[in-house]
Amino acid sequence: MTLLGQFALWTGFILAAWGGVLAFVARWQERPEVALTIRRTTYAVLVTMLVAAASLWQGLLSHDFNIEYVAGYTSRNLPTYYLITTFWAGQKGSLLFWAVVLSIFGALAQWLTAQRFRDLLPYVAGITNIVAAFFIAVMLFGDHTNPFERLGFTPPDGRGLNPQLQNPGMIAHPPMLYLGYISLTIPFAFAIAALLARRLDAGWIIAMRKWAIVSWLFLSVGITIGMWWAYLELGWGGVWAWDPVENASFHPWLTLTAFLHSVMIQEKRGMLKRWNMSLIIGTFLLSIFGTFITRSGVIASVHSFTQSSVGYFFLAFLLVTGVLSFTLLYTRWGSLEPEAHLEAVASREAAFLFNNLALVGIAFSVLWGTLFPIISEAVRGVKISVGPAFFERVNIPLGLFLLFLTGVGPLIAWRKASARNLQRQFILPGLAFVVGLVGALLVGLRGYSLMTIALGTFVIGTVLQEFTRGVRARMRMHDENLVLALGRLMSRNRRRYGGYIVHVGIVCYFVGGLGQSLRVKESHQLVPGERVTLASPFGHPVTFTFLGVSQYEELNRQVSAATIEVTRPGKAAATLVAEKRQHFNALGEKSFEPSTEVGLISNLQEDLYVYYHGTPDGTERSQFEFIINPLVMWFWIGGALLVIGGVLAMWPGGPQIRARRTEAMQAGYAVPLTESAVTS
Amino acid sequence: MKPSTKFAIGAVVILGSVTLLITEGVKQTGTYFLTPTQLVERTERDPSFHDVGLKVAAKVVKGSIQRDQVAQRVDFRISDGTQTFPVTFVGHVPDTFTDENDIDVVVEGKLDRNNVFQATDVIAKCGSRYEAVWDKQQTAST
Repeated sequence: MTLLGQFALWTGFILAAWGGVLAFVARWQERPEVALTIRRTTYAVLVTMLVAAASLWQGLLSHDFNIEYVAGYTSRNLPTYYLITTFWAGQKGSLLFWAVVLSIFGALAQWLTAQRFRDLLPYVAGITNIVAAFFIAVMLFGDHTNPFERLGFTPPDGRGLNPQLQNPGMIAHPPMLYLGYISLTIPFAFAIAALLARRLDAGWIIAMRKWAIVSWLFLSVGITIGMWWAYLELGWGGVWAWDPVENASFHPWLTLTAFLHSVMIQEKRGMLKRWNMSLIIGTFLLSIFGTFITRSGVIASVHSFTQSSVGYFFLAFLLVTGVLSFTLLYTRWGSLEPEAHLEAVASREAAFLFNNLALVGIAFSVLWGTLFPIISEAVRGVKISVGPAFFERVNIPLGLFLLFLTGVGPLIAWRKASARNLQRQFILPGLAFVVGLVGALLVGLRGYSLMTIALGTFVIGTVLQEFTRGVRARMRMHDENLVLALGRLMSRNRRRYGGYIVHVGIVCYFVGGLGQSLRVKESHQLVPGERVTLASPFGHPVTFTFLGVSQYEELNRQVSAATIEVTRPGKAAATLVAEKRQHFNALGEKSFEPSTEVGLISNLQEDLYVYYHGTPDGTERSQFEFIINPLVMWFWIGGALLVIGGVLAMWPGGPQIRARRTEAMQAGYAVPLTESAVTS
Repeated sequence: MKPSTKFAIGAVVILGSVTLLITEGVKQTGTYFLTPTQLVERTERDPSFHDVGLKVAAKVVKGSIQRDQVAQRVDFRISDGTQTFPVTFVGHVPDTFTDENDIDVVVEGKLDRNNVFQATDVIAKCGSRYEAVWDKQQTAST
């Protein structure tokens, strides 16, 4: 089957390269049949990639340990679902996964995009093909990057999958993040297509904005599941360590978030055309940069793949794409004149612009901090690194400013906010801010924590007011009941109300972040029967009683499980189990170092998190880390809201609303909406 | 004042704050990130470097780890091939920390005047963690 896979890779490479080159050299504008051929290459590439994927899966599932990748990552006793997900667990497989998903997205972009954008589509096909050709080329021409590479011998069993990757979070986290990274190619392709075709109205934005939301959604979900995985598997009780690889996923998320906001200004006012182009090109480059960081080992990270030459393929691709894209943008600079100018600082446009600056500022500071070891070595000859303290110092104030704008943006009028608009819109959310502020002061929060709560309630006040007004207007105008009005309000303004739900989700992340600053952590050595009491930041005591350790064998591992009873005043006693695991291969040999499963009890208020360090031989004294981790649950609630809001915003179709009706409903909009602005 | 001027002022304030936060942040929280050779060189040149908290990236010397599980203390040696020195750490090391196959490690702390590195943190990265490495002679392409 590797022969078939190998053949599929070569065919895919040739087809993608051919389709890519054709899109730029053939005069398809005058020849519709050539244009169609170019577009159809994406389907052909898709077929070859599916064949390659099937070949690798076949090898994984049939335990063909003669294939290096299969031997390197799986073993005979690995459960089937992990055999399937091992596809993207390692460098080689993840490269193939990337190419496969890109070919799916490339084909979908051709298939789903409306015919009125047909003069962009061959270019879009050309760009997705070139990117796909690049990824296939990395597999074919890189050093030890071909997933179908065979060994000179057949080992009796594989090495097995790293136990830290044997976790449901790891099944979902990498593919989600990859899907986010990969789908960014499509908005980028549309942007470049618009530049090439000189179709520089808002058409390309309308053609690709669902794609941008899809990318954003996958990135958000991927990052959040990654946080969840790190929280459960890495055992330090935190969700985000500001590691270079984590940061690498955060950069494109930030610039893409900025883009999703600033395109609205281009759609409604014809401004920021150059900025939007730069943002989406930058976002795509940052996603490639993230891949480079993860795979090259230039920056020390606990997450990265082994150092390998693959990184330099990505670096070269990054530089070439960057230079070509920005050169192209420069040649079209004159055609990207704004159609309007900023009329007042108290306006939606300005609020969005400030939001963009803050987001890009955060992205820049995170990038700067990530690259600082390299920068300082180049400039001062000595490596200096910055850690979480740096990122928190810089990003908490900027984040809070952003949270403030999240509350302001939806309230303030387009073009120029009148005194009346400000009064009508800001009184209730302003009151919410005061209530949040006073409440947080009363429970003893100060500084950043205080502002987080106050601004959080402000944002929620804004969202509630928007929903209430929208629903009331519908109930009045259409004589609908509450539920119907709410349903129709959301389904007819999906992007807007989806966005508001996302805003509430973001507030939840801030609340989770606030909780992290209140974490309580203690190390103790206990013998069975001993207990230790920690003071929760919420004021109540939490008592952990160590009951004992049991040892047993399970599936592909030997488990030592420490049972701990937890008692809190006013609550029934609960037990949690923290495990130390030693994995074995089919021959009964130890595989990998021991790993740890944390014991966890969660509720909305706090997580009780116990890490078992083991029991030294010949003693009963076991070592534990006890952590009271407030408000962690709010990260996952925030994640769920992001998904709900994001799915609502990207859901295809939806009835077209007549402009006038929309205008009447959208309180705070002082600009007549054009047809293009409401076809969301 | 024109709106665009007002906006420009706002933009300058935001970008200025970002710059200020970054430069101050680096000043306040930046730590040296050295190889053992660089560290030894620097401390020989300037003994006050013994008192500076910093990070060292190196490999764990095979078979050098000695664990005292009751005291939760770990002693081991790190090396970059040229310079080697002992490290001592009290606390919990990650599961991936072993001395079996040349794992990369980052230790944070100070090199004391007896040239023992007193670590406050140990971060381990195992080369084979997410990536299996086979001997090159054994591999052959399809």
